[in-house]
This record gives sequence, structure tokens and C-alpha cells, in this order.
Amino acid sequence: MVLGKTITEIRNLLKTKKISREEVFSFFIKRIEKYNPNINAFLTTLRKPESIVSDGLLSGIPLAVKDNFCTKGIRTTASAKVLDNFIPPYESTTTSRLKLAGYELLGKTNMDAWAHGSSTETSDYGPTKNPWDTSRSPGGSSGGTAAAVSAYLAPAGIGSETAGSIRQPASWSGVVGLKPTYGRVSRYGVIAMGSSLDCPGPITRSVEDAAIILQAIAGKDPHDATSASVPVEDYVLKMKEKKTYTIGIAQEYFEGLDEDIKKSLEEAIKIFEKMGFKTKKISLLSPQYSISVYTIIQRAEVMSNLARYDGIRYGNPRSFFGSEAKRRGMLGTYTLSYGYYDAFFKKAQKVRTLIINDFKRVFKDVDFIIGTPTPITALKLGEFEKYSFFGELMDKFNEPAAMSGIPAISLPTGLDRNDLPMSIHLMANYFRESDLLNASYQFEKETDFMGVIKKGIANLK
Amino acid sequence: MKNYIPVIGLEIHVELNTKSGMFCQCANGMHEAEPNSQVCPVCLGLPGALPVPNKKAMEWTIKIGKALNCIISKHTKFDRKHYSYPDLPKGYQISQYDEPIALTGYLEFGKNHGTYKNEEKKFRIHRVHLEEDTGKLIHTGDDTRIDFNRSGVPLAEIVTEPDFSSSSDVKMFLEELHTIIRYLDVSEADLEKGTMRMEPNISVRVVESEKLKAESQSTDFKLPNYKVEVKNINSFNFVKRAIDFEVARHIELLEKGETPVQETRGWNSEKGITYSQRTKEGAHDYRYFPEPDIPPFTFTEQYIEGITKTISELPKAKMDRFISKLGLRDLDAYIISREKSTSDFFELVLAEVKKENSESNIAQKVASAFINKRISPSDTPKKSAEKFIKMVKPIETDSDALEEAVKMIISANKKAVTEYKSGKVTVIMFLVGQVMREMKGKADASAVRKALEEKIRA
Repeated sequence: MVLGKTITEIRNLLKTKKISREEVFSFFIKRIEKYNPNINAFLTTLRKPESIVSDGLLSGIPLAVKDNFCTKGIRTTASAKVLDNFIPPYESTTTSRLKLAGYELLGKTNMDAWAHGSSTETSDYGPTKNPWDTSRSPGGSSGGTAAAVSAYLAPAGIGSETAGSIRQPASWSGVVGLKPTYGRVSRYGVIAMGSSLDCPGPITRSVEDAAIILQAIAGKDPHDATSASVPVEDYVLKMKEKKTYTIGIAQEYFEGLDEDIKKSLEEAIKIFEKMGFKTKKISLLSPQYSISVYTIIQRAEVMSNLARYDGIRYGNPRSFFGSEAKRRGMLGTYTLSYGYYDAFFKKAQKVRTLIINDFKRVFKDVDFIIGTPTPITALKLGEFEKYSFFGELMDKFNEPAAMSGIPAISLPTGLDRNDLPMSIHLMANYFRESDLLNASYQFEKETDFMGVIKKGIANLK
Repeated sequence: MKNYIPVIGLEIHVELNTKSGMFCQCANGMHEAEPNSQVCPVCLGLPGALPVPNKKAMEWTIKIGKALNCIISKHTKFDRKHYSYPDLPKGYQISQYDEPIALTGYLEFGKNHGTYKNEEKKFRIHRVHLEEDTGKLIHTGDDTRIDFNRSGVPLAEIVTEPDFSSSSDVKMFLEELHTIIRYLDVSEADLEKGTMRMEPNISVRVVESEKLKAESQSTDFKLPNYKVEVKNINSFNFVKRAIDFEVARHIELLEKGETPVQETRGWNSEKGITYSQRTKEGAHDYRYFPEPDIPPFTFTEQYIEGITKTISELPKAKMDRFISKLGLRDLDAYIISREKSTSDFFELVLAEVKKENSESNIAQKVASAFINKRISPSDTPKKSAEKFIKMVKPIETDSDALEEAVKMIISANKKAVTEYKSGKVTVIMFLVGQVMREMKGKADASAVRKALEEKIRA
């Protein structure tokens, strides 16, 4: 009865008392017991529902939460052995808000260690496998959550982005991934990676579910000075208003795409046009610049954010750091060293401002910019190791939105020649999440992408 | 012949006594509390915790900057300063690098500043910035424990230019700074408890004799190629002694043609010496970058103006006013203006006294009574004023009783009276004493003397 249902659908089952929240919870626990040993999406699972909120937005809905969100009394590792025994004494704002909405924490999901990666292979607890093809990566760093949602080990989940870590795994795992505006969702309690970029967000099986979760977690937080006081809208309500928009098409975001992905993207544009949307040719800075800027700024912040794991606290010494964390720390140290700051970090910040201004300019003319979150579909496990900056190249189309802090969404469109899911990517202006969700919802209705998402479960062994 | 001029700059840390921490809601000023009882995820630097700046601490730093005649930055931000130490839970300290809250100020001193006999002097302030304090290491035997109660306490750092050439100027400056901080009521500035900490940076430059005079006035000279920082000094006198010790040590080395080692030294107050703690290999590389967790600030003119208005009269202005408007002696004006509460009380008592007594030098009289502790701040100003008026008022003398007593003493001391008459006038004091005793002190001494003299001459 539950299999494949969205949050909205499960909520209806609970409301009409067709099923109890214990039954919902144990349904997912049973699936986890059966499939997780193979998929390795969850690092920690809970035994029973605990929420006492009976009339919340998410009452009785079990969710998968990425293991970099601090959960009070529940082990939180960021998939790094340095934090193997870390049990936070406090709760992240995102999970606190989910609790207030009545959610049930199903478990904590695997990720690239410290979120350093785009494949979930740098996890100190082994890689997560893609439910569509277990010889492949689900993407990352929120690969655990994406795979859990894709394999229906959870109806939906929480991921976090620094640059693409929600949208890319959502795309490779054939589900919906929303990166909100930087500051729309509090970072308090999220183990920091790139502090000026980190952004929690939902990974779901429908646009409506993404809207519901965003509704629950968005808003100003007194614990996060970078969280925005812009009012939170009723995303679900606004999503269902019939609106038309102008979509910008930038040639720079069509370069180097896989043939199937390119075709499906062109088809998606036609669908939008059929829906009455206008399209407009625009020109943007090459996403290439974002890779350089991102690499410098993120590495510097990583070096700084990892400095606290000095071996004195949290149990394990620095020798437990994996090679990716070490690589990033060293590069960050280098770019911030005396005499190098102006040449690297300062210059990167200036270019970052140019990227922001470039988007602001374009968003005077268009509502969204269309593209794809990744130039290719899911890779085989192990292929990442061949390239030291593979993640950065893979996330080329995701990084501009991360650098500028604008919201973006990844939506499934269909399957490629290898039966692997493909997606389109829409970017919007700051705090235009309701418009982004509105257009995505219309697109979802117009296409069969729910069908695509459902196929994912059928493959599962 | 070579001449040596000390070059001294100061770094002063002041713990602000705001209600809560610099970036968290933990109670501040709980130095005596059980170790690690005043902590939260933020000041423990737990994974995922984020700093939220304390507005009050920023206001108070602006106040300090204003009191030190600084320019307040319109744009300011926090930066991360990286270094590894067990008492620093995040591996970086949130501090301010290139956009501190306050810049380029100064403190001026007049010719007679308390007991300091100087020409007029001006010492420049380089900057004032805000940061968080670290935890505290407690060494017990072989163990070292960490108490994070102090972690995240707001800390204002005041940095001067290397404008000092004598240890007594340094002491004068630090005492004045301490007084200002106490006036602003932003810190306990308790040296013993470490809520005010002072670190002099000392070097010595060599100057040729013929240029000595010009050079000793200059602030535009080439700094020596080394400096020594002395830490852990908890009194103004010790700062002075540590500087004197260092200057002598440097001169001795320079005389031998050596350059003192650039290093951090500690102060041993028992032995009165400094000792090497660690040598600095060039400048520390702190890998500063803007704190991404705290957006930068833009202060409006009105905001700064509003904070400036909350600064009441500062000690030097008060001292100058006491001298020029009230006619107090320099030293008395200095002493009374040292504590805001004392000077406020003094002015209240003076106002009360003035209602009854309009003598031109009454302010000085009240000041003297204050300094000689004949007026106690434990009374109300009104009560103190009453006591004071009584104290300076001539004692009323019962003239009949005086007449009686004088008669009696003259007849009882014939020998003394004869001596007086024969020219030994000092004997009158003996007779005054006798009359006073007779009257049990209830007489004005000068009236007694007058009555005695009149009676004897009659």
C-alpha cells in the first residue's frame, strides 16, 4: 500500500487512518533491512517512531537525513572516521524544524566523508551504490539520501549542498533535488564544509514533496547569522497557481553534454514552450570560471572548518583523515598562506562578485535559466579516482548557482541509452523558490517523470 | 658615542563584561564557576555550531575606540585567525584582520599628570578590534586540563603604535587606559583576574649623539629589526620593571655587537626577570580570511553617533575641569578623577556644601577632606556635606564660660603670665591649652588666644 508513495500520498493514508504511523515506519525499516546491505545508503537507523506532534506538516512521515546534520543523542559522523563516535549534544535547526513538523527520523545516510566528493565513494564507511545499477555511483555527496529515496528506503530525505551535492546525486539517482537560496535554510548544526556555500535542501520523489519539506525547514534562524529574514512563502499553495514564465537559454550551459542528455534537454525546452512558457537566448559567463573560484574558496573554508578536529577531542586523531580531506586541507592552506592571499582567495572573491552580477543582469530578462545538472549520467564506481578534480568538472553546471547562492532544482526527465536517469536543471533568482517550484510542478504534470522515478524501484534487487 | 632609545609598543586585551558571550548565549563573567559549566555548542566549537555576534560587545568596542579618539570604521567584518592550540576549540580564533572596528586614535597627557612630571605627550593608538577569548589550560602535575568557560568571552584588543621610549610613560599610559575602561563601564579590567592583560613589545634603537635630540622626538624612525614581546604580566609596576629589565638586556647585547633574538618572553615577578618562552620564526602565518559565518557590517553615522552619546566625561577631561573650573590642585584633581564613582560622589558632596558655604576655595577644601578620607562615600552626599560643614565651621564659644576660665587660668599660672609679659610670647600656647582643657574643648582656639592676650595686657 505504501510502496512508491509520495509524502503527500502517505499523509492522506495516515489522515484517513488507512495506515498507522508505526506501520509506515516499520514498512521503511523492513525495506532498509532488506536492501541497505547492498545499497549502503544508511549508516544509522532508528527503531521506532518517536514524534509526539500529531498535526504537523510532516506528522508520521519518516525521512532519511544526511549524516552531516547533528541529531541530539544520535551518532553523527559526516561519514568520517574522525567522528566515528561523535554523538552530538544538540540538534541542527533543520532537524529541529522537521521535529516540530512531526517528522520521524528514519536514519542517517552515507555521504562523501565531510561532503568532500561527488560520488559518495570518499565515505569512510564504504560507497553507496546506485539503485538503478549497483555497479554505479548514486552521485554525491548526498548520495546516501538520494539512493535511499530512489530505492524507496525512505519516501524523501534531507541532503546538503556545497556545490551540486543535492542536485547531482538527485539527477544520477533519478529523483528531485532542490537547492534553496543560500540563507533560506539555516546551516546551524550542519557539519560545515564550505561555509559560504553550504545549503540544506530536500531530495524527494515529487515537486510537491520538495515544497512541503522546504516549507518545514526554511526561515530565519537566530543561531545562523547568514540565514535570511525574507518571509517564507506557502510553497505548496503558490506552486499550484497557473503561471507562465520566461526561460533563459545560455549556450554556455550546453557545452560538453552527452548526446542523450542534450536531446532530452532540447525536448524539455519544447515541453515548456508547449506549456506556454517563453524562451529567450541569453549569454552568461562560462561555468568554467565557477570551477576555479569554487575550488579556491571551498578549499580555504575546508581547511579552516577541519582545523577543529585536532585529535584532542572527538576520539580519533588526525591520522584518521582520508586522502581527499588531506588534499583539500593542503590546497586551502596554500591559497591562504602569507603572500598568496591576494593572488588566490581575494581574486576568487572578486570573480565571485562578477558571477553574482552576471546572474543579476540576466534575471532582469528571464525567470529561469535552463540546463542540466550533470553533463553525463551515473558513472561506474571507481572511475572518480582517475581524476583529482573530477567532482569539480562533474559539477560544472551546478557550481555557478552555488557560487552565487541562487536557488536551483534538478528534475528527472527520462532514461538514457543505458537506462540511467537524466535530468534538467532550472536556476532562479534569489528567494524565488516558489516560482521555481511552480514551474517544476507544471513540468512534472506535463511529463511522465513520476513514471521515471517509479521505474527505479522496479530494478531493485 | 652610541645612544640607545627604547622603542615600545603595547597590546592590551580587555575582557568585556557583557551579559552573554561574544558569539553565543552563555553567561559571561563566570570566572569562578565550575570548569566547563558555562559552555554551549558554539563556544565549544562543536561540529556544525555557528557564531552569532553580540551587538553589545560591538557597541562597547566602538565606545572604547571613541574614548581613544579613534576613527570608527563604517565597514567592519570578522576574520578567522588560524593557529593550533589546545585551548582554541575551533583551530581558529574569530578576530578582526584588515577592517577593525576602530583605527588611528591617540591619548594625550598634560605636563603634570598625577605624579608624572612630563612634558606634554601624545601616544598614538594603531587600532582597536574585537575577538573571542580562548579557553584556559590548567596544569596539574602531569595532567593538563582545559576549561572552556572563558572560551568565547568578548575580548577587545587595543594596539598602540611603538611610540613609547620609557617604561614610566608606558605605566602612565596603561594606568590612564585602565581608568578610561573603568569609566566606560565595559570591563572589570581586573589585572589580577586577567580581565585586562598587557603585552609590551620592546626593542632598542641606536642613535648617534648629534641626532639624539631630534630623534628622541620623532615618531617617524626606522624600527629595529627585532622585537621582544613579554607576556603574563599582571601589574603596572611589573610592566615597568619588565621593560626596564628588557631594555638593559638589549643594550648589553647591542653593546657587544649582537642583535637580541626576536621572541616571546615571560615575566617572573618573584625574581624580577624575563625568560624566553618561544622564539618567533618570522611572522606567524595565521592564514586570515573573512569569517564566512558572519556577514560584514555597515555602520551608519547615526548609529555611531548614538553610541558616542553614551560616553560620559572621561577622566582626563574631568581632571582638567577640576583644575580649571574648580581650582583644585593638579594632584588632587588627578586623584579624585581616578574612579568615576569617587568623582561623581565628590561633585555631589560639593554641590551640597556649596548650598551652605560660598567660600572661594571651598572645592579644594572638600577635595582635601576627600583625599584625607575625612569624607566617606558610605554616607549619602547630603550627610557627608553636613559632616564636612560642621568640620570646617568655627566652634561656637560660650563667652561667659571663657571669661571665667581665662580668669581662673591666669591666676593659677602667675609664673607663665610673667614670662609672657617679659617677652616669651610662645608661652601663650601653653595657656591656650590650659583654657581649652578647662572648657573641655568647647571653644575656638583663636578666640581663646584673643581673650587671653587681652586679659594679660589689660
